[in-house]
Amino acid sequence: MQAVTSTSSRIDAKRRAVLDPRKRQFAKSEWIDPDYEHRLNFYQTPPTKDISLEDFEEWAIARLKVLSELEACSFRNRTPEETSEYMRPVLEKWLRLDSNKSRSGELSAQRKKDHYSHWTLRLAFAGTAELRQRFAKLETQLFKLRLQSDYDDEKRDFIKGLKMSWEMVGPEEKATLLKDLKAATGFSQSRGDEEAWFKVDWESVPDLVSQRQVLLKRGKAYVHIREQLTMVQNAFTRSLDSGLELAARFLPRMDEDNRLAPILHHLSQSFVAPEANYSESNSLGDLAKVSAGDIDGMSKHFPLCMQNLHRELRKNSHLKHYGRLQYTLFLKGIGLSLQECQMFWRKAFKLIADDKFNSEYLYNIRHAYGDVGGDANKRGRGYTPYSCQKLLTEALPGPGQSHGCPYRSYTPDNLMSLLQAIGVNDREVLRGVKEDVGRQRYHIACNRVFEAAHKVELKKAKDESSLPSSNFDTILHPNEYFKRSFVLRNLGMVKKGDIGVDGPSQEAMSQ
Amino acid sequence: MPHAISPTSSPPEPVMDDTIMSNAPAQPLEDEVPLEPHSDAAMLDAEPSTVDTSSGKLEDIFDDDSDNDEFSSSVPTTVDSSQPALAPAAQEKSAFTDLSILKQFYQRLLPFRALFQWLNHSASPCADFQHREFAFTLQSDVYVRYQSFASADLFRKACVNTTPLRFEIGPQYTINPRDRKTVLKAGSFRPVMKELVFDIDMTDYDPIRTCCTGAKICHKCWQFIIMAIKVVDVALREDFGFQHVLWVYSGRRGAHAWVSDKRARTMDDAKRRAIANYLVLKQDEKKGIRRPLHPHLDRSLDLLNPHFTKDVLSVQDPWATAEQASKLLDLLPDKVLTTALQKKWDSAPNRSSAQKWADIDSVAENGNLSTMSPKQLVDTRQDIRLEYTYPRLDAEVSKKLNHLLKSPFVIHPGTGRVCVPIDVRRLEDFDPFAVPTVTQLLQEIDTWDAEARRQEMSEEEKSKVEDWQKTRLKPYVEYFRGYVAALLKDESRVKRERDEEAGAESMEF
Repeated sequence: MQAVTSTSSRIDAKRRAVLDPRKRQFAKSEWIDPDYEHRLNFYQTPPTKDISLEDFEEWAIARLKVLSELEACSFRNRTPEETSEYMRPVLEKWLRLDSNKSRSGELSAQRKKDHYSHWTLRLAFAGTAELRQRFAKLETQLFKLRLQSDYDDEKRDFIKGLKMSWEMVGPEEKATLLKDLKAATGFSQSRGDEEAWFKVDWESVPDLVSQRQVLLKRGKAYVHIREQLTMVQNAFTRSLDSGLELAARFLPRMDEDNRLAPILHHLSQSFVAPEANYSESNSLGDLAKVSAGDIDGMSKHFPLCMQNLHRELRKNSHLKHYGRLQYTLFLKGIGLSLQECQMFWRKAFKLIADDKFNSEYLYNIRHAYGDVGGDANKRGRGYTPYSCQKLLTEALPGPGQSHGCPYRSYTPDNLMSLLQAIGVNDREVLRGVKEDVGRQRYHIACNRVFEAAHKVELKKAKDESSLPSSNFDTILHPNEYFKRSFVLRNLGMVKKGDIGVDGPSQEAMSQ
Repeated sequence: MPHAISPTSSPPEPVMDDTIMSNAPAQPLEDEVPLEPHSDAAMLDAEPSTVDTSSGKLEDIFDDDSDNDEFSSSVPTTVDSSQPALAPAAQEKSAFTDLSILKQFYQRLLPFRALFQWLNHSASPCADFQHREFAFTLQSDVYVRYQSFASADLFRKACVNTTPLRFEIGPQYTINPRDRKTVLKAGSFRPVMKELVFDIDMTDYDPIRTCCTGAKICHKCWQFIIMAIKVVDVALREDFGFQHVLWVYSGRRGAHAWVSDKRARTMDDAKRRAIANYLVLKQDEKKGIRRPLHPHLDRSLDLLNPHFTKDVLSVQDPWATAEQASKLLDLLPDKVLTTALQKKWDSAPNRSSAQKWADIDSVAENGNLSTMSPKQLVDTRQDIRLEYTYPRLDAEVSKKLNHLLKSPFVIHPGTGRVCVPIDVRRLEDFDPFAVPTVTQLLQEIDTWDAEARRQEMSEEEKSKVEDWQKTRLKPYVEYFRGYVAALLKDESRVKRERDEEAGAESMEF
């Protein structure tokens, strides 16, 4: 990955490109190879080695997952302890970073992945001011999280390696100023404060100056070492902000429209509604046989989008094209077979004559299931059910249509009445939903409703640890919503084996 | 001659002629109006001769005033000499806002060039001055903002023409403030630079001063301002490293500070807020100030202790009456102590504040402390001392980049005194009542001119002396010029260093 970092237009003579092929093989590398000494990284130099396109995308997606979960935590107002607890398995899974002490062989591979994924996302999110702000905020949170969980001595080494504009107060100066230093910076022997201070221009610590927590001498502030972490974090944010601005300016010049632009675009979309890979595991599989008649009963497990479609269908005995497509694919994901699905729609469109139905609607259902259709790739499987991301980035429904995500397409007031009609009456939940919608975090709103509706079951499942931890991640796909809802409500029956042959082990396997 | 009107530019006229009312028949340029001494040397009159052509109308409007004025106009009417002179005091008051007086002041006395150099930070006009906002308060209470000028002369011209009662200095903006409506993006017109300012107002001290209240001040309560200046000045220089701090008398009852260091000028709102909060001391009712005391507070306490003993305890005597003494008792959180003190003072009324202050310690030593330890008592006494002496700043003035503040050397409309800079090297000697008023200054010019004529100084010698040098304004202007010179020297040094750095880096193509 090339990124413009130096401001001078002359390349250092030692680093000029060696073009003669005979000399090239012995030429020194033109770029400085990053040597990942520490677990943490200030991401000041961009990576320079080559990686495959797949790695480029995969690593970025992994980091994105981590950042999305982090964002979800902050939206749900979790305390810092809860957040670090929650994030630990997520980080383990997606962006594992061992400390130097662990002597794992994976160290440099992990750190390389971390490094590259950061810079990839920097490119992806440099486009608009809003994205930059969100990215910077989340990266700082991640940095803070990692910094806190680091070992003390490694932390110190890392900070020493950063070329910050502060200097430690030397022993002679410390001796002369000791009394004043202690008085000014709230030194407390009992608290175990270290007798170490560093000095920096006072403009770097205006908050501490404001509270008279530093000693000032001729424009230099003498700060106690415990404030260092805050300063490192602030420096991180500042450096990231300026890096993002720089990236934004150079973005138009990037001439990678065929390779990287689609990936980057796809990544930036994921912030709107995070990626959710639909896989077979999202269907109930053998857990329960779903038939056409069951749909009405099952609809209480549906997410709002599908419930909305179902209600519209029942109300008007009709749905327009996109609504039908979305719903059909969802039903396919639930486990409804083609036969059952056809029967379902026939019965639902009861006002339409047989031959009209067969000629106008039947083909579409079959096409969605992959039964017909020219696309050899999709033969037999059909299209994948739409994820939340897809629903949230498609065009909004027009008059007479009801597809998409209602959290987005309904006005807040209509949304409230819809939720109440469904049975969500808790004022707290409704208020939270309104907030989330206000911030355009629609999938968070949906998750909130899910949690409220299944509060009891979720608590029980957590206490008994009967479900693997990934079951508590943010829901990003309507089918996922359905599956979890169904499983939670029928937990007892799953265990007893009434539903599904393999019960929990099926669950475990399908993670 | 930067700002004063040089008599050399005037057309030659019969100076020694007593009979002819020397009025320049031709007024060459508006701002180059010659000022000649009044032919009636006996009557020490000021010369609003300039108003003739340009503001003849205004002369008519203010005819009554100026006729009764000590300083009657030199319009060729014979009415002048026969006018009875009314009691000076009554006229003095209206005279401070009198157009003609102000015009004279702006023409002859106010050091525009020095002000220009101070705000411009170099000799030739640049954006620093040209994009500066000035706000004029005109005669009719009209407040005109977003004025800007391309040079010192234009600035002076505008003042002479519009004779504002006072003007204030605002920040330097990204573009000329007069062009602010022409930009498309709202964000492109915004303030970029302004000196760091502080405002100390005597009314904030009303709760603790006994001699005066409100707008009135006297030598006794002026000491509070001196205390405040001492503490803030040393903090700015020692703690923050600012070198160019100018203290200015606000004209009636306080002082302003202007910090012109480049580092200070370019600070944003957050940093100004930080400094303001650093200097402001808010007493916590219950817990008292955090101990151990921050070195700044420690140093302030050392500076203020002698003032406390002298100015507060003995001069102000804030706890003389029983009612006032109860305020003191409220500040002591120990019930036993306060009851014992109350008893003592009830039995022996008319104890002075100094005695009462000492009583606190003596009564406490006799074992009347219940909830407080002796150390806590020491701390509380320190807190009380700080409460009564520590500077009380108007923090809002300092916190915002775009705050407008009265300029040095304007005239305070209420008192007529010039807002002169205060020489911090001789802080204790500063007497607010010795600051010259505008009428006094104009008088002094005439006195000097008359004296010069008597001594038969040559035209050449007379022309070398500028008007402000003939008056008591001289030391103040010289102090200000010295301040500006030091600032400019610093600025040019910094600029040179920066240019050298940039030069070394620049690539040659």
